[in-house]
Formats: sequence, structure tokens, C-alpha cells
Amino acid sequence: MSNPPFQSVVEQHGHVLLRTCRALVGRDDAEDLWSETFLAALAAYPRLRPDSNIRAWLLTIARHKAIDRSRTSGRAALAMDPLPEQTSTLGLPGEQDDELRSALDALSARQRGAVVYHYLADLPYAQVAQLIGSTEAAARRAAADGIASLRSALGEEVG
Amino acid sequence: MSAPRRLPIVATAFEEAADGERLGLLRRRLAARAAAEDLLDVAYRTIDSPVGELLLAATPTGLVRVAFASEGRDRVLAELAARVSPRLLEAPFQLEAITRQLEEYFARRRRAFDVPLDLRLAHGFRREVLRLLPGIRYGSTASYTEVASAVGSPRAVRAVGSACATNPVPIVLPCHRVVRSDGSLGGYGGGISVKRRLLALEAGSTAEP
Repeated sequence: MSNPPFQSVVEQHGHVLLRTCRALVGRDDAEDLWSETFLAALAAYPRLRPDSNIRAWLLTIARHKAIDRSRTSGRAALAMDPLPEQTSTLGLPGEQDDELRSALDALSARQRGAVVYHYLADLPYAQVAQLIGSTEAAARRAAADGIASLRSALGEEVG
Repeated sequence: MSAPRRLPIVATAFEEAADGERLGLLRRRLAARAAAEDLLDVAYRTIDSPVGELLLAATPTGLVRVAFASEGRDRVLAELAARVSPRLLEAPFQLEAITRQLEEYFARRRRAFDVPLDLRLAHGFRREVLRLLPGIRYGSTASYTEVASAVGSPRAVRAVGSACATNPVPIVLPCHRVVRSDGSLGGYGGGISVKRRLLALEAGSTAEP
């Protein structure tokens, strides 16, 4: 069994990746992150093991690219923070959903990651755990706690 | 896993009304950048034609595949991914020359094709047969037996049939011009009605079912 044509990877995951990129770097930079992620994925694609979870793999690439960005181009926005690893990988608020973005930004890095990778990227908790470097149970708990915080910050419509 | 759950507002809040359009644009840009950075091993597009939708695929070497709708788009793309490379994207701009030439051919303004070919999907004897096909004049036919003789293996009539049946670039390499010695059409990868139609087109007939 070989991997599917890359075109079908883009068709299948492009939409989810775009909304996840918006949460990772903000809407202004999201399309650049989307393009960089798929281009890097295309370069590495022939070496991807055929039984891999392709969406989790794409999000791993996107996450690394987002962190690279926050270290370079996003420096101005994040310069005040002494601990880059723990700063938000979420970007500047866009024109809309300022409230949601700032509520997401207010979560701990682990909760934010769990919410973004599970609820936006639609990954199962086993993969979320790998992305945020925790156990599956801890990822599940972090997502639940994150959603609970968003709910209390924004009202009952979340989650 | 479980049944698809309701996407919470956390997800929809990061979606936008024009996402469908944006994604189309992003996909086109991705294909252009992939080609510019030598990461695109197979480019494909589909075009409409009088013999139905055609899928055209090219490597950096040249045209590697022409497929009829009856072969199934997904099946053809999966085969290209497995046999050529999974770095495969829809990239119409990589197939402009052959697209134009096919349009001219179907409009009866072109009799031969002039694009680089990548015949990696055909091997050995079959490839030798394919290379001879452009020698069969537009508007005429040759028998499987004649082609077998021309390739130097007069008894390999059935093998010539297989070479034609598995021609990766039909129309462009005109296997439709190879017919049975008794004058009947023989087989065709795209279906016998397509073969009949192509021969009628080349004969200048407009009486077409």
C-alpha cells in the first residue's frame, strides 16, 4: 500500500488546516502558514510511512512552522515575553472573534493546544497528546478544562 | 471513532464564508510553488473533449498519461501515485501545450502531436510498439499484424494488441489506428465507441453518433 496522491491530501485536509492555522498564527498569517506547511509536507511526502495519520503529521509540521514564525516574524508581538516556548502560538486578534481569541490566549499552553488540536483540527486525543507532549488522559483533561474556561469567559455557547 | 460530533463554536469561529474560494486559490498557488521548487513530480488536469472528459498527466520529462473518464479519475491518480510518484497535484498550467494541441486535433486543425513524452509506464516490446504508432498516417489504419511485422516480430500479433490496450498516452500515440486484418476495429482502452469516433473524426466524417 502506498500513500494517496498528494492532491487528495490537500483536498481532504486543506480546510481543517486553514482554520487551525488561523488559531495558531492569526488570520493575517494563516494562509502563509498553510502554504508553507503543505509545501514542506509535499517535500517530505515520499518518505511518510503509509500507515501514518496524515492529519496529525500535517499539524506537527504546522506547529513547528508556527513556532518558527513566532521566534522570527512575530518577534515584535511577543518580544515582551521572556519565555518564547510558553508564549501563545496564537496570533494577534483578527477583526472578528477578538473575545474568543483573547479567551484562548488566556488558557495555559497545554489547554490551548488541547482545545486547538482536538476541537479545531479534529484530532483524536491520542494524537493531541503527541502534539502537546502529554498523555492521552492529560490531553483529554486539558481540553475539557480549556473548554470549561472558555465557557465561563464567553458564556454557554462555547463547546 | 464515534459519529461525527457537532463542531463547537471554537472551530466555526475560525472559519470564514469565503473559505471555499480561498482554498481553491491556495491550492493553485501551492501547485505553482511546488513546480517552481521542483517538488511536483506529476501534474495533472482534466479537459472536456468530444470523447468525454480526458485526464492529462505530465512529469517534468513529458506527458506520461492520457486517460478516459471510463478508467476512473481516482483509480488513474492512485496508479500514477504508486507507479510514478505521490507528489502529484492538479496543475493545469503544466499541461497547456498538450491541452491546446488536443483542442486543435478535435477541431480537425491538427494531425500530429508535438509534445515531449514520458513513456516510463510502458516497457520493452510494448514501448517499441508505441514508438511506431505515429508512423501510421492520420486518417489511415494499420492491422495488428502489420504493426507486428514493422516492429520486427511478425508473430507477436497478440503482444501488439496488449501494447495498444495498455498505451499510457492514447490519442497522442494513435493506437486507435490499429485495427484487425479483417477490417473490424478490435479493442480500445477507452471503449470501442471512442475508437470509432476518433477514426471517423480523422476520416473527416461528421456523421457521428
